[in-house]
Amino acid sequence: MIHASLKELAAALAAKSISSVELTRLYLDRIARLNPELNAFITVDEEKSLAAARAADARIAAGQAGPLTGIPIAQKDIFCAEGWRTTCASKMLENFVSPYDATVVVKLEREAGMVSLGKANMDEFAMGSSNETSYFGPVRNPWDRARVPGGSSGGSAAAVAARLAPAATGTDTGGSIRQPAALCNLTGLKPTYGVVSRYGMIAFASSLDQAGPMARSAEDCALLLTAMAGFDAQDSTSLERPAEDYGRCLGQPLKGLKIGLPKEFFGDGCGAEVMAAVQAAIAEYQRLGAEMVEVSLPNSHLAVPAYYVIAPAEASSNLSRFDGVRYGYRAPEYADLNDMYAKTRAQGFGAEVKRRILIGTYVLSHGYYDAYYLQAQRIRRLIADDFARAFARCDVILGPTSPSTAFKQGEKAADPVQMYLSDIYTIAVNLAGLPGMSLPCGFDAQGLPIGMQLIGNYFDEARLLNVAHGYQLATDWHQRIPAGLE
Amino acid sequence: MSQWEVVIGIETHVQLATASKIFSGAATAFGAAPNTQAAPVDLALPGVLPVLNKRAVECAIRFGLAVGAKVAERSVFARKNYFYPDLPKGYQISQFELPVVQGGQIHISVGQGDKAYEKPVRLTRAHLEEDAGKSLHEDFHGKTGIDLNRAGTPLLEIVTEPDMRSADEAVAYARALHALVRWIGICDGNMQEGSFRCDANVSVHRPGTPFGTRREIKNLNSFRFLKEAIEYEIRWQIETLEEGGTIEQATVLFDPASGTTRAMRSKEDAHDYRYFPDPDLLPLVISSEWIERTRAELPELPEAKKQRFMADYGLSAYDATTLTASLEMADYFEAAVAAAGKDQAKLCANWVMVDLAARLNKAGLEIAQAPVSAVQLGGVVARIADGTISNAIAKKVFEALWVGEGASADEIIERQGLKQITDSGAIERLVDEVLAANPANVAEFKAGKEKAFNALVGQVMKAAKGKANPQQVNALLRQKLQAPA
Repeated sequence: MIHASLKELAAALAAKSISSVELTRLYLDRIARLNPELNAFITVDEEKSLAAARAADARIAAGQAGPLTGIPIAQKDIFCAEGWRTTCASKMLENFVSPYDATVVVKLEREAGMVSLGKANMDEFAMGSSNETSYFGPVRNPWDRARVPGGSSGGSAAAVAARLAPAATGTDTGGSIRQPAALCNLTGLKPTYGVVSRYGMIAFASSLDQAGPMARSAEDCALLLTAMAGFDAQDSTSLERPAEDYGRCLGQPLKGLKIGLPKEFFGDGCGAEVMAAVQAAIAEYQRLGAEMVEVSLPNSHLAVPAYYVIAPAEASSNLSRFDGVRYGYRAPEYADLNDMYAKTRAQGFGAEVKRRILIGTYVLSHGYYDAYYLQAQRIRRLIADDFARAFARCDVILGPTSPSTAFKQGEKAADPVQMYLSDIYTIAVNLAGLPGMSLPCGFDAQGLPIGMQLIGNYFDEARLLNVAHGYQLATDWHQRIPAGLE
Repeated sequence: MSQWEVVIGIETHVQLATASKIFSGAATAFGAAPNTQAAPVDLALPGVLPVLNKRAVECAIRFGLAVGAKVAERSVFARKNYFYPDLPKGYQISQFELPVVQGGQIHISVGQGDKAYEKPVRLTRAHLEEDAGKSLHEDFHGKTGIDLNRAGTPLLEIVTEPDMRSADEAVAYARALHALVRWIGICDGNMQEGSFRCDANVSVHRPGTPFGTRREIKNLNSFRFLKEAIEYEIRWQIETLEEGGTIEQATVLFDPASGTTRAMRSKEDAHDYRYFPDPDLLPLVISSEWIERTRAELPELPEAKKQRFMADYGLSAYDATTLTASLEMADYFEAAVAAAGKDQAKLCANWVMVDLAARLNKAGLEIAQAPVSAVQLGGVVARIADGTISNAIAKKVFEALWVGEGASADEIIERQGLKQITDSGAIERLVDEVLAANPANVAEFKAGKEKAFNALVGQVMKAAKGKANPQQVNALLRQKLQAPA
């Protein structure tokens, strides 16, 4: 049962061959057994999960079930969920219990009837690519526990990879869904900016943050995205578009599909084994009838520097609300108001968060704003223009997700710039607001998963999912299971 | 040594009369228990997002149209970053580089009588922003309480060019702006509750030299404080300069008790607010259709109404200005004229400006609360005009209406028998009786004492219980007294 797809789980629930309570119990037991080692969850509340499962069973019994009703899911601890401790993996929110639900939580749990298994670990405030910045400790990669699962949605990735949950939510500001999906052999999708509501998702960089599904196949991602997406009047950047069935293209042949290969993604900087796996995937797509087109994204080398201006700038302002006044951590002793702010924030935030607040504060400061922030916004425009030109010549873009497979715990923790470069292929997609996904395409010599990235044009998620699905029908990389977890 | 010239610019925070906050659905009503009108957005809980209140934008459009400004088809909300306990997000959402209202002007009338003059005050801009909460320093035993009910209340900040040259001009501007924002229905104008707060930027210089360094007086919430604060500040700056000192740019507070200003912070510790466009809000786009729709809904504006009152009703500029001081007064006047007849516009104007105004003032009421309706007052004027009652009786009828003794002037005149005596035979009988009963007065008059005539008139009116037509009484009395004996 723990290897079943969401569709198979839904069928089993509908056939009453298993109840949601039984299914939830099964996963809770695995979490109880394996989480102490993997640290994929920050908060588990068996009673809350089982109560939700009982409600789902009642819905199923009443014939009011949807395609996801009763299926368990891990929620990244960045989504506010009423009555759940919501920490964003920070000491600052260690004891914050949300009084309200994020729209994603409303849609997946209250509306679709999914059962939350708990709050998944992550990099603190989603700042990191290894899940080592969490106040609640690092997450272990189920494929090799000495290695990182990627980040920031590292807990979500590890939970699904270790079969502690059939699926999870993630958020992606610069690659935080796609890179951990690649490092943990999952399929993950970052939708077009504005497709999934950001309401109730604790903001890191508002103009880049986007929630999306993390699961074991494109088909599962399509089901989840259909339930997560949609216009939300509570998010002014949410796009007012008709509801979509993101699985509607699944199964369409890939013959004649034009796949763009940006030459900048195939040069130096990418590990040889990753590159070989991606090349093999290209060959597979050619066998499936797709046509390769060389395209260029000439400004892509500017994506990381532009991102590390814009994202910290927005973060420095977004995180100002964590001041110890109304909720969250407050320093136990302080001399006056300014001292309270300084001590609360010095003690409540981790090193990476403070680094980004400092960078962001600096680039927005008087006299530096034009040189950094405005310049970065210009680069952002150039990057979006690059993609627009590329998509005039192809349907989807393909390349590696991450330049390397999972690295060792602690390996890059001391060198922020090396860490930032884990996201060189994913960041441009956020800057342009495009949809992108990662899916498994092989393993390196050490048995670590390799992911490839597919990038679509705006609102082309349904096609993107089908392009991934077509590959997954022809390959079985995505069905491989970490040793010891079969 | 040449004179000092005063230069004043004013920034006004106008609280917009919307039912809910600018970025959340919480109510904006004043005076609720602390923190009972604060939604998750106003509390800045993790993950919440702002959604712009369309009604607040409409208020800004109305204002822009009323002052002849450009209503920007695209404006941008920006974050103004600073830490303060009553600023929940650690930033205020405001507009910085691209405000919604750009330019425009307001005409002010300054002074009275021979010294009266009018001038335009140019506006730089008006932008939408959210108010902060309140820090409560009392009742918490050394701690500070925070009330976030006001956090997120929509404000329109209206900024002038440095066009004012005296405290009187500044007050005239503030009054004109106050009247205008109430007129167009975007603000309740309640200064005690903080709905209309002015900051005055004041500097002095010698004409022909560059402007002096300005100091900004913050948060003036009455016209009197505005005047006193600016006057003090001007005196202080001139004295400082004449004693060889220099003015440092500073933000100052006015202390009404001492009538002085004191520096709050200097330029050195000015904040770097790190403005940047708020990524949670899309640029505000206002279509020309929206602007035109709003224009069609605007009431006739004060200046236009004033001109029309002068042209249509033959009122003087002074009367027309007074009657257009508020939309309520203008509407009252026009309704009274409609009831009394257009020919009686001048008489209606006098009644509204003098009798009604005095009575309201005595009762401490606004015109909207007047117990005598415009139609009732028009009825009184109509009866004066057609000779049914004298002016003196009219005042009695007005007072009777005020205290609710009847529904109309006619009803009161009828019931209390106040109809004027115009029967010349009846008046003549009264005159004869009075002349016969008061030989002393008659003798005095004949000896050339005009005052004695007035006494006789008074006697006749008294005998008539005030109802005799005064013109007829005058004429008959004079005729009888001057007739050869």
